[in-house]
Amino acid sequence: MNVHETLDRTWRDPGGFVGWFCAVNHKTIGLRFIATTFVFFAAAGALALVMRLQLARPRNDVIGPDLYNQLFTVHGTTMMFLFAVPVMQAMATYLLPLMLGSRSIAFPRLNAYAYWIYLFGCLMLYAALFCGAGPDAGWFSYVPLAGPDYSPGKRSDFWAQLITFSEMSGLLESIVIIATILKLRAPGMALHRIPLFAWAMLVTSFMVMFAMPSVMFASTALITDRLVGTHFFNPAEGGDALLWQHLFWFFGHPEVYFIFIPALGFMSQIIATFSRRPVVGYAAMVLSLIATAFMSFGLWVHHMFATNLPELGKAFFTAMSLMIALPTALQIFCWLATLATGRLVLKTPLLYVLAFFFILVLGGLSGVMLGMVPLDLQVHDTYFVVAHLHYVLIGGAVFPLIGAIYYWFPKFSGRLLDERVGKLQFWLFFIGFNLTFFPMHLLGLRGMPRRVYTYPAGMGWEGMNLLATVGAFVIALSVVLLVANVVRSVLRGTAAGDNPWGAGSLEWATSSPPSAGNFVHPPVVHGREPLWEPGAQPAVVAGLADDRREVLVTSVIDAQPDHRAIFPTPSPWPFVSAAATTLLFVASIFTPWAVVWASIPVALAVIAWFWPSVRETLAEKLLERSP
Amino acid sequence: MNASTSGGWQDALLAHGPQAAQVLDLWRITLAVCTLVFALVLLALLVALWRAPRGTHETAPQIAPDDRKPLRRVGVAIAASTLLLLALLVGSVVTDRALAQLGLRDALHIELTGHQWWWSIHYDDPDPSRTFDTANELHLPLGRPAILTLRSGDVIHSVWMPSLAGKKDLIPGRTTTLTLRADRAGLYRGQCAEFCGAQHAWMALPVSVDEPARFDAWADAQRATAKPPGDELARRGQRLVLGGDCVMCHAIRGTDAGARQGPDLTHLAARGTLGAGTLPNDASHLAAWVSNPAAHKPGVNMPSATFSPDDLQAVVAYLRSLQ
Repeated sequence: MNVHETLDRTWRDPGGFVGWFCAVNHKTIGLRFIATTFVFFAAAGALALVMRLQLARPRNDVIGPDLYNQLFTVHGTTMMFLFAVPVMQAMATYLLPLMLGSRSIAFPRLNAYAYWIYLFGCLMLYAALFCGAGPDAGWFSYVPLAGPDYSPGKRSDFWAQLITFSEMSGLLESIVIIATILKLRAPGMALHRIPLFAWAMLVTSFMVMFAMPSVMFASTALITDRLVGTHFFNPAEGGDALLWQHLFWFFGHPEVYFIFIPALGFMSQIIATFSRRPVVGYAAMVLSLIATAFMSFGLWVHHMFATNLPELGKAFFTAMSLMIALPTALQIFCWLATLATGRLVLKTPLLYVLAFFFILVLGGLSGVMLGMVPLDLQVHDTYFVVAHLHYVLIGGAVFPLIGAIYYWFPKFSGRLLDERVGKLQFWLFFIGFNLTFFPMHLLGLRGMPRRVYTYPAGMGWEGMNLLATVGAFVIALSVVLLVANVVRSVLRGTAAGDNPWGAGSLEWATSSPPSAGNFVHPPVVHGREPLWEPGAQPAVVAGLADDRREVLVTSVIDAQPDHRAIFPTPSPWPFVSAAATTLLFVASIFTPWAVVWASIPVALAVIAWFWPSVRETLAEKLLERSP
Repeated sequence: MNASTSGGWQDALLAHGPQAAQVLDLWRITLAVCTLVFALVLLALLVALWRAPRGTHETAPQIAPDDRKPLRRVGVAIAASTLLLLALLVGSVVTDRALAQLGLRDALHIELTGHQWWWSIHYDDPDPSRTFDTANELHLPLGRPAILTLRSGDVIHSVWMPSLAGKKDLIPGRTTTLTLRADRAGLYRGQCAEFCGAQHAWMALPVSVDEPARFDAWADAQRATAKPPGDELARRGQRLVLGGDCVMCHAIRGTDAGARQGPDLTHLAARGTLGAGTLPNDASHLAAWVSNPAAHKPGVNMPSATFSPDDLQAVVAYLRSLQ
């Protein structure tokens, strides 16, 4: 048996039905994770189409207010919590170990557990929606509307508990990603040589660690207000309605950036490859990411300008909201410089990246407007904001993401996506997007508030609403084409080879799709674009066992080899633990005692998860040497 | 039926008061700056795309290009961006100050309270006998500033009359204020801007700005208690209203009805719309509204009334008499 086969057998996930639940390989989990996020992207998009049909003409009655309010709540919640944040972590789960030259992601079982928790959260939300109990207080769930007095029933509890699911998954993924980036890099990949996407994910993951506890507290306080009669948010009992807004937006604004920053990472990877040169100003790019992360924690009050907070304090948040444009502007200028001095390869991934310059810049400029208190007081909570946030999130994250799918699909599947369909699909998306969302700027200025299920005729809003509805269906057509392109390529796409784009980062050094152990010989790195500057010695790591899950752990700053760690094998227990955790979360919507009783199965499952195997312990003992 | 519920200016680009006009000026400056920046970025992109040579995936990559010149250009662009942002910041703060300095001598004091999904309005006065309550339709004297004290009876709402001023939230447990002045007579329309539940969409606030004399006449009429019904049909209607469920929630000053759960009906017939801008206020719509409000405003807290057709006619006749 040769080394390829041994490695493959060591790192492969087990087959069969039961084996499917035991998978821990980061590529298996990563692909499932990416596919799941796109399923929910499509689901939330379908909800948006129903809303656009309802708004196509005044006093329309396709759906009533009860369903409409559930739809926009679930649309926003899905897009923010179940698509945009997780899809970035999912891409990172798949790509980072390859990009960093490692055999595995850190804590592979934890990674699997985080995926299952995420999936079960999604299923709970959509089960609630299909049972007519979809949350209906908005993705921001302002109290007291979402509190016990004004949202009776279980709708808002499903929302609050969904936050618990997605928080848990998001925080655990952040731990996995930080540990992977800091400890599992190829030897020689010092901090100043990390690919910019990895930097983006490192920064994002630290942001998640600091921002998410805030909303975790808020949603838990909401649940206890609703379930056991606490009064965190009840002004009549000494609580405060604005406390919710502070806690929610202290998380909510950084959240926008942990959707946006990974996309900046995609941008940098794609632009470098398709300009045939490294991105201009690596240090400036990294520092911009870090600056953005810090500043994003000082913006939250610009969601609250219409409340009675002190006016002078609001001016600080205006200054901060304008200032955060600078690090992003710096990156945009560096990319423009890269394009101007490169040799351009105008393929679909680059087209998606170029659209960023149009859409995101427009969204960023409307963001500058929203950051200014007087302008915000007019357009806050209107369709202007709907336009702005879609320009920022779709232009700033979804366009680069789809570009990234075109870019890395050959690595995922071994096959290229079709270029002609890709270009058509791109133009449909670009045109449909602008048709849908550009008129909304004007709608907001001309007086149309957000989150209304209908509107009177004669307000001058009909034409623009109809246009937006038509545009939404053009986007839908484009998404259908994307799916068709993926299916077609999987069935009979052109074989890609290891490095179809001639890229410089390490994920292109292995086969497409990569073998279970990622690299036959893990690489050693001597520069920022290792595949563009080969030849230096040593080229590969020698001495890692191929019949055990041995991974090289390196030092944080210089990525010097540190020690070999034995990684865990496939196990059903992450799945079982996630199921037990789900039981706890869902049952606690109905009774606080679930927190007590359902913690027993959770504890049992986790004990089984960490139960040491006799064989592994003996193997460890054999390796031990007396000093 | 639509025209009368959508009547009135509701457009931030049609400013008819100093507050909205200040913001509109800032908007124009900001729009100009942002358009310029957008055009420059696109121009830079197009020039880059135009001038950069094409390559393929086999093109040998530049490994360590000399980036001093491009980095200098990036530096210049960042410096320019910083200056523009600083200018916008100054514009924002100056406008903020101007908004806070609206002259408030002789201002009218109004308390506006948001409810799911209607507005109660209290016109204040130093002389307690001159205060009065109304609902769902704001009247302002032309050219005289008004101080709106904003409260909420349940969840968070936000009052937005875009042609007059920016919006302000109505927050339970807190009091906020909004100052504004209308410089053009006519009908305006405001609307709740903060999502407040099932009928957020139909929580409009028609605003009528009148010459001071007309406003005073309106206010005097509002201060008066309800006139006793004139004809037999209306008298029967009054008996039905006062003897039925209506008085559990509504007040009609001058009668025994004094509840505050729903809009004050003392001068209902003088208002232009029903259900906070949901339906035009005429006899047929009033009958439709009373017999089944939820058909027009699903989720509304007002229950359907179970009057026989004859009784309904009498109730409508009485309510129409509340001028």
